[in-house]
Amino acid sequence: MPLEHPVRSIRRFGGFTRGSLELILRGNRAYWLWMAFLGALIVSGSLAYAAQVHIGLGLTAMRDQVSWGFYIGNFTFLVGVAAAAVILVIPAYIYDWKPIREIVIYGELLAISAISMCLLFVLVDIGRPDRFWHLLPPFGHLNFPSSLLAWDVLVLNIYFVVNFVVATHILYRAFHGKRYIKQLVAPLVMLSIPMAVGIHTVTAFLYNGLAARPYWNASILAPQFLASAFCSGPAILLVVLQLLRRFTRFEIRDEAIWKIAELMAYAMFLNLFLHGAEAFKEFYSNTQHLLYTRYWYLGLGSHHTMVPFAWAAVACNLLSFGLFISPSMRRNWITLNIGCLATYAGVYIEKGMGLIIPGLTPDTLGEIYEYYPTMTELRVAAGVFAVGFLLFTLMLKVAVPISLGEFRDNKEAEAPDAAAALA
Amino acid sequence: MASEQPVPRNANACAHPSRRLFTISAAATAASWILTACGPKRLFEAPKDRLKSLISDLELRYRNEYGKDVHVSDAPAMPGVQFAYALDISRCIGCRRCVYACVEENNQSRDPQVHWIRVLSMEKGKGVDFSHADPYYHPAQVPEEGHFYIPVSCQHCQDPPCVKVCPTGATWAEKDGIVVVDYDWCIGCRYCMAACPYGARHFNWTAPVLPAAELNPNMHYLGNRPRAKGVVEKCTFCIQRSRAGRYPACVEICPVGARKFGNILDPASEIRYIIEHKRILVLKEELNTVPRFFYSYAT
Repeated sequence: MPLEHPVRSIRRFGGFTRGSLELILRGNRAYWLWMAFLGALIVSGSLAYAAQVHIGLGLTAMRDQVSWGFYIGNFTFLVGVAAAAVILVIPAYIYDWKPIREIVIYGELLAISAISMCLLFVLVDIGRPDRFWHLLPPFGHLNFPSSLLAWDVLVLNIYFVVNFVVATHILYRAFHGKRYIKQLVAPLVMLSIPMAVGIHTVTAFLYNGLAARPYWNASILAPQFLASAFCSGPAILLVVLQLLRRFTRFEIRDEAIWKIAELMAYAMFLNLFLHGAEAFKEFYSNTQHLLYTRYWYLGLGSHHTMVPFAWAAVACNLLSFGLFISPSMRRNWITLNIGCLATYAGVYIEKGMGLIIPGLTPDTLGEIYEYYPTMTELRVAAGVFAVGFLLFTLMLKVAVPISLGEFRDNKEAEAPDAAAALA
Repeated sequence: MASEQPVPRNANACAHPSRRLFTISAAATAASWILTACGPKRLFEAPKDRLKSLISDLELRYRNEYGKDVHVSDAPAMPGVQFAYALDISRCIGCRRCVYACVEENNQSRDPQVHWIRVLSMEKGKGVDFSHADPYYHPAQVPEEGHFYIPVSCQHCQDPPCVKVCPTGATWAEKDGIVVVDYDWCIGCRYCMAACPYGARHFNWTAPVLPAAELNPNMHYLGNRPRAKGVVEKCTFCIQRSRAGRYPACVEICPVGARKFGNILDPASEIRYIIEHKRILVLKEELNTVPRFFYSYAT
């Protein structure tokens, strides 16, 4: 790539930024209503978070017995969503399957938003957010490689940067009517595939490595994390793609959507199978370690706050598997979308609360403290989700016109069709 | 467009990019050096003179806050000392005097109450079984018929899972075996609490409340100095006492002499005698944490 003159590239970048700003400030009524809705959630979340910083994490339902809760559950779920961008990247780049290739960029944008939410969920969970820099060398000290949390900090940030570079590079080049630089994008995409598996494996190991918590200390955890991630990530994307297709000129072929739905069916089968394998081992061997699984599915004594959630998750997962495995069902738009919602709900419950709460209940000394998130936690979490959706919306607002060739630097268009350049 | 034409190289505003790069990197290095050298630091790696000044700052702060003369010790681990603890299960009557002596000695929050020792009531027929343990027993009189008691606090593991998982290195095992927390370095992520098999770590969910009248002014910088909201704390074998050659508060208060403490490297010590002559068990030995806290049956 020839080096461009700095002044010129700054001007080009200025044009891109100005244009993007204009794009996100233009929109119809629905767009502004959506923005207002997200804005309201963000304001409410910020207020709740301010109170939490002021009073302390005592405003949440977490206590010494159940020391992680809703925040860390959401974090875990969203790492899965971010990792799932890979399910789109693999066929697009390795097998060069074109219908999916056109939509890979949206998978990457989703990953960027999901990782941002992950980092925010960790930030709102820590007791001393003012000290987060203690993790950052050279001023701080990162306990690497001993602490899996240190690993997670590293891989999540690298994954974020890789996806950010690939997505912005492709869009920026397309804006200037050029095709992306293959020597830059190809190795980064090749890196992002193992990294997507990596972020989720490391996050699973974060729990898996704790011998004090038998519910997590099962080697099935990492494979099961990956399987469920490959359900939930695409479930969100399928809905987004259909919305894009309806409200913009964007063309997404039916085959691409059906193919993703089919892949989700296999992932969901694997997820259910791994859950079944774990349930068999726990119930048949019937050791004291069964307590945690029992708390989730059946409750312990008079403690059964989590039981309805557990069975709702099982029902949702079974339903979505049934819908996606049948070709006629996944080609029917109604059943397809029901399947997406069911997948999202099922995995959200089992990967969030279903992972964290039974992992910590009963506690290591046998005490049962029934955790249920407080209003503060719900408001802060809704605020974090709103930030993520806001990011995703804004990025789509710029990315869609660029890939449609509607938004580009007309002064120096070198290729007649930017859409062709992107593909 | 004329302005878009490439400009000759020598017309570039920055005539010596390498010199500018050097200046920037030198400034960045200097700034990071100043921040690392003078800014807050992990107590683990603080040099002696810096530790001294940090400690006098702490003393001043607590004096102003509580209106009381305080002494913050920086006594290091003594060479040739490895602390260990033994608790005779058959003697313990479950009176919880140790719990409250610990709170008073170690400046724990009174509201909400933070307890470093948790006494579990167990059913005699079931043995040491946490799934049937009751920490909230409240009979008119202890010991209760058919029950025995297991007090649990930090086991000061030789292979502590909490130290392994801490992302910032804010907790570590000292040379004499005491596992300590740097309250000024902890970010409050609570990964150590998830990793601890003994429920020994406690979090300050709100700002701890400690009336000045109840403040114990004899402190150690790694021990019972007042904690802030949002950090983790735990038993330190009363580091402010044990490093000064005294028994931990729980050992002193125990009315039945169930608690013993000492230097395991000293062949004449009581703790050595107990380990050599009694039937010892450690909690959750299958987790291989190698506790320095031994439970014994009177034999």
